[in-house]
Amino acid sequence: MDGLPHYPLPEGVHPPLAFPGYRSTALRAPRRPLVALPHGLTELTGPLLGADRVGPDDHDLTVQHGGEALGQRIIVSGRVLDEGGRPVRDTLVEVWQANAAGRYRHEADTWPAPLDPNFSGLGRTVTDAEGRYRFTTVKPGAYPWRNHHNAWRPAHIHFSLFGRAFPQRLVTQMYFPDDPLFAQDPVLGSVPAGARDRLVSRFDLDATQPEWALCFTWDIVLRGRDATPFGDDDD
Amino acid sequence: MTERLGLTPSQTVGPYWSIGMTWPDGADVVPEGTPGAFWLSGVVRDGAGEPLADGLVETWQADPDGRFDHPDDPRGPRPPSVPGFRGFARVATGPDGTWRIRTVKPGPLPAPGGGTQAPHLDLSVFARGLLDRVVTRVYFADEEAANAADPVLAAVPADRRHTLLATPGGGGYTFTVALQGSDETVFFAV
Repeated sequence: MDGLPHYPLPEGVHPPLAFPGYRSTALRAPRRPLVALPHGLTELTGPLLGADRVGPDDHDLTVQHGGEALGQRIIVSGRVLDEGGRPVRDTLVEVWQANAAGRYRHEADTWPAPLDPNFSGLGRTVTDAEGRYRFTTVKPGAYPWRNHHNAWRPAHIHFSLFGRAFPQRLVTQMYFPDDPLFAQDPVLGSVPAGARDRLVSRFDLDATQPEWALCFTWDIVLRGRDATPFGDDDD
Repeated sequence: MTERLGLTPSQTVGPYWSIGMTWPDGADVVPEGTPGAFWLSGVVRDGAGEPLADGLVETWQADPDGRFDHPDDPRGPRPPSVPGFRGFARVATGPDGTWRIRTVKPGPLPAPGGGTQAPHLDLSVFARGLLDRVVTRVYFADEEAANAADPVLAAVPADRRHTLLATPGGGGYTFTVALQGSDETVFFAV
């Protein structure tokens, strides 16, 4: 089987697996070099997961319980594209985050910040035909962790995306502009400097809703195909 | 070629991923009751040999005929030969580092550049302490002839190939992922 397309991985984008500043990598990051895997049919395909995994309130994290979630109400929206600029449509986007006080609704998160009974911190949606997604939520708080002395994670929202092919799978974190905690955070700092600002959303006054919610815009770019002998992509 | 957009970097799933990525049906590559279904189970261990208690395992595979219900399969999409076949699984590792999925053996696939790939699954591990997922392949130890002809296995040093083999047991097959150590699993750059 010749002439298959390929999703090349650009250098200088993803963090190295071993990053001493992030302590948990020490026993978890593989030590041996990765082996190249030519993209075959298992890699050119992937799960096409969409609307059947999304409930009616899943895109609005502020209304999933009896009362409204506490905190600064925000809209997080943007487009999912591939490196060639094509929209990635009908693809599942999953998010999770801490509440406004910086506390996750998770048994392993025990630092003394309050839980909000009206906030679970879980969202799901599917991109539209232009690759757009949109969540309503509250701005997550920063929180301490024990990575190093006085370590605090900058406010962030976790994102999980599939795209349509196995190499496009991406789990990442979106940050908020001008956070003074960036400089001491090894998770963001693990990203090569030239690509770091791609994880920082932009405050969007034009899309901010008067008397309602601030808007942060963040576009997500998944791996793109190289030129293919099959001719034009169907999208 | 037009200018390409900047790829979005990966970040760790962190310790709290289960809030956002837990699926009640995550283990079901095929539905319960599927004839011929078995458990593919395993354990994930860190460099100290300790079980990964907060990891996420995802798998992707062809159906038993070696087909994908996907528009980018150059042979054309084809509905799966097994009713309810999803091809994909997503499960947490438990406190003892173990995970399991309900699946069927995938068929062989034509390989890029010629030849045939032996039955396999692509398997990703996500966890706190992994800034990007790590990807390996699960082959089946009882497919000796197919494995011997597989071009991906052939490109792996012979003394490490066994780390990619699931062995019969545990109601199906078992597969160990060692993130580090003398028997570190082979991980692929995808």
